[in-house]
Amino acid sequence: MDEVLISRSLFGTTMGFHIIFATLGVGLPLMILTAEIIYQRTNDHDYAIMAKRWTKTFAILLGVAIPSGTIAGVQLSLLWPGFMEIVGKVIALPFQIEIFAFFLEALFMSIYVYAADRLSPWMRIISLFFVALGAVASAILITNIHAWEGTPTGFRLVNGEVVDVDPWAAFFNPSFFVTAGHVTVSAYMTGAFVVASVAAYKMLKEKKDTKVYIFHRKALMLGLIIGGIFSVLTAVNGHESAQYLHEYQPEKLAAAEGLFETQSYAPLAIGGFTDRESREVKYGIEIPWALSFLAGDRFDEVVVGLNDFPEEYWPPLFVHTLFNAMVGIGFSLLFLSIIGFYWRHIRKKQFPKWLMWAFVSAGPLSMLGIEFGWIFACTGRQPWTIYRIQLTKDAATGADAIGVIFFLFIGLYILLAIATVLVLHFYFKRHPLEKEKIGTIQ
Amino acid sequence: MGDEYLAVAMLWLFVFIYSVAASIDFGTGFWSMFYAKRRHTKATKIANRFLSPSWKITNVFIVLLVVALITFFPGATFTLGAVLLIPGSIVLLLLAIRSAFMVYSYAASKHRVQLSYVSGITGILIPGFLISVLPITQGGFIAVNASGEQLLLGKLLSSFSFYAFAGFGIASTLFLSSLLLADYSRAADDDDAYNTYRFDAIITGPISLLMAFLVLLTMDFEANWLLENLLFYRSWLLLSVCFFLIGYGSLFIKRNAKIGMPRLAVIAIVFQYLFASYAYGNAHLPYIVYPNVTIESGFTHPAMFKALFITYIVGFSILLPGFIYFWRLFMTDKRYVKQED
Ligand code: HDD
Ligand code: HEM
Ligand code: HEM
Repeated sequence: MDEVLISRSLFGTTMGFHIIFATLGVGLPLMILTAEIIYQRTNDHDYAIMAKRWTKTFAILLGVAIPSGTIAGVQLSLLWPGFMEIVGKVIALPFQIEIFAFFLEALFMSIYVYAADRLSPWMRIISLFFVALGAVASAILITNIHAWEGTPTGFRLVNGEVVDVDPWAAFFNPSFFVTAGHVTVSAYMTGAFVVASVAAYKMLKEKKDTKVYIFHRKALMLGLIIGGIFSVLTAVNGHESAQYLHEYQPEKLAAAEGLFETQSYAPLAIGGFTDRESREVKYGIEIPWALSFLAGDRFDEVVVGLNDFPEEYWPPLFVHTLFNAMVGIGFSLLFLSIIGFYWRHIRKKQFPKWLMWAFVSAGPLSMLGIEFGWIFACTGRQPWTIYRIQLTKDAATGADAIGVIFFLFIGLYILLAIATVLVLHFYFKRHPLEKEKIGTIQ
Repeated sequence: MGDEYLAVAMLWLFVFIYSVAASIDFGTGFWSMFYAKRRHTKATKIANRFLSPSWKITNVFIVLLVVALITFFPGATFTLGAVLLIPGSIVLLLLAIRSAFMVYSYAASKHRVQLSYVSGITGILIPGFLISVLPITQGGFIAVNASGEQLLLGKLLSSFSFYAFAGFGIASTLFLSSLLLADYSRAADDDDAYNTYRFDAIITGPISLLMAFLVLLTMDFEANWLLENLLFYRSWLLLSVCFFLIGYGSLFIKRNAKIGMPRLAVIAIVFQYLFASYAYGNAHLPYIVYPNVTIESGFTHPAMFKALFITYIVGFSILLPGFIYFWRLFMTDKRYVKQED
């Protein structure tokens, strides 16, 4: 393997690892805040216990989110100095403002956890609000840099020199709001579905209508409702993200859809594999005209195909599969929440077993959606690090010996993943729900 | 004076704040481990009570350092990225293990002691590796080949200055943290813990001073340019030594039937570091990495600097009440500092 490829693998692995904890770091505070507010309004103590137990989980996960994020931030400079050189001159603001978001979250997280007994109910909600705000702001700000990589603005490159810098024009680059919106709503959706998953799993292992069962059913419903709302928002906003690709990064959309011929009335290919030799999608389902409509809201919209670009600038073609998987997950989970709502509030029946198992799968699936979405977004930008400005190989470090480091970090991530699962397992085993004062209100 | 001096002064200030906060953070973690098994002192409890709310904030400072460095001096990223790849990765690995295991040890009460061994030992190694950035930027350990600059790792590891710096980093971490914990135990009216930490400070203080002299000695033959510049600031160094004597001496003053004035000691030692790092920082200029990168050659775009400068001021002003609230809750609220459990 050459050094650039190892750098890419190392950074991709770091991000793929960080994002698991980071997404929950954004999603869980919203759930905790909601539970805390419901508790303050209804006085149902179960919700206070939910907030408490989720906070404990969140605090343990932050113990990995923070150092893995620190790794991500430092590795960005160590592995991609060419990229960071331009970032430092053009899009430094989000990085720097993110520091304040981190401070906000860290300060109020400590206050909420370690001073809980000395806070008034109002101060608890305010602290939680700042934790949630800090978490989502860090996600939005780091996504801002990612958005700028796809739609770089706020500077000109003259003979390799950065000139005419306008930091705020770079900050408000065209795809910022759409991309940040997508990351935010998909993180909320994931946090909610992960909660729903755990609750559904616990219900399956519990006798019906015990206090514990009812406790988990409340958590499940909360997860499904919030997850459902945000899966609609994710789909709507994802559609808009795709339209932005159509406008700003046409070859990425073409690769995502496996489209080679530039055409109006373009068909939408679902599933299958993109074949480089025959330049078509094999074994997929084609829906006529649909792609044109999705890209431009009209059937005669011209969608650019890969043939219009030199092959060396094509993104890897397997992103078609990643994109399909993400969209597929999005729609499945959306339907799942609708079914759950219908069953409980319209048919007014207990959930059957198959549906419960479907709920259990919701959390892992949405996490997969996050992973697929990110790998699609970053790998689909290849061979560029900054779209049509800087090639990935020009951004990479010249240092050698990255191979050894790569394996050390993989070992670290495996260690932390296993240890985190064990610690969570033992913690909740020693602090079972039965020991809490649940079920005071049914 | 140009903007780059303003930028490097801010960077220096962040480095200074981080080095004090990190010394306390990593040192406290070490002491918490060191006394974990001794049931008769409450030293571990005091250390944990201080550490649990504060480590996250200290960690943000390390991110702040990296961000400030690359946003103020993006021209330095190629050189720094290449030469710091290995030491930086080692620090990251240690840091990840340390933070995660510290959090685990709070959650898993059954295995608390074993887990805190992992976090205590990895934690105390971090300052040693972190400070190795300094000998690297002082020059002499970087070669240039076809693909760019490379760190001469073997040469670094066999150099005297690497070990002098590492020893200094670790010793001063232990010194400063034991002083601070002595002060914190005094505030908690815990005489037992106070005596323990006072004793640790009395041992580690002279060691850290000795290490500082060793560092100066190694400069004589490994980075002579720096030593020459440093001698120009020798009155600052002298002042620094004076403050060491004040701080160390105040551990022996008797007042109100109690021995030692830990608050005075902490303040004096922070000033000792302030003066010494002022001298060091000034002597290092204009080089970021000697002799390849200077603050002029690495400086960011002026428009960017202006925007960054303004957002720093606005950001810290907005956050200030948060910091004050935090301080009151954990550092001065007797209900927290003194709680029994
Ligand atoms: C639970 C996760 C999840 C789900 C269900 C979806 N997405 Fe997504 N998607 C993401 C999570 C995600 C993400 C991980 O958050 C990404 C990666 C980069 C980004 O901006 O968001 C992303 C990126 C992303 C992009 C690429 C943006 C770019 O490269 O700049 C597009 C076009 C879409 N999504 C479109 C959709 C559509 C049409 C969906 C239909 C339901 C959808 N996403 C569901
Ligand atoms: C969109 C994907 C990402 C999301 C949702 C996300 C979110 C988060 C969250 C919630 C935290 C915990 C914050 C705290 O408590 O301090 C965190 C930590 C961190 N993240 Fe990420 N992050 C993402 C990607 C990245 C990337 C690409 C980088 C690096 C360039 C990065 C750098 C960091 C750093 C440095 C920290 C540690 C901050 C600290 O020390 O407190 N993140 N991230
Ligand atoms: C948080 C989830 C993310 C994941 C899972 C992820 C994944 C990846 C992967 C797999 C690569 C390697 C791409 C390849 O070479 O094929 C990569 C590269 C990269 N990503 Fe991301 N990424 C994430 C977020 C971000 C964010 C928020 C930024 C912006 C700060 C970012 C910036 C980069 C850069 C600069 C590279 C290296 C250069 C390049 O390959 O283009 N990534 N990422």
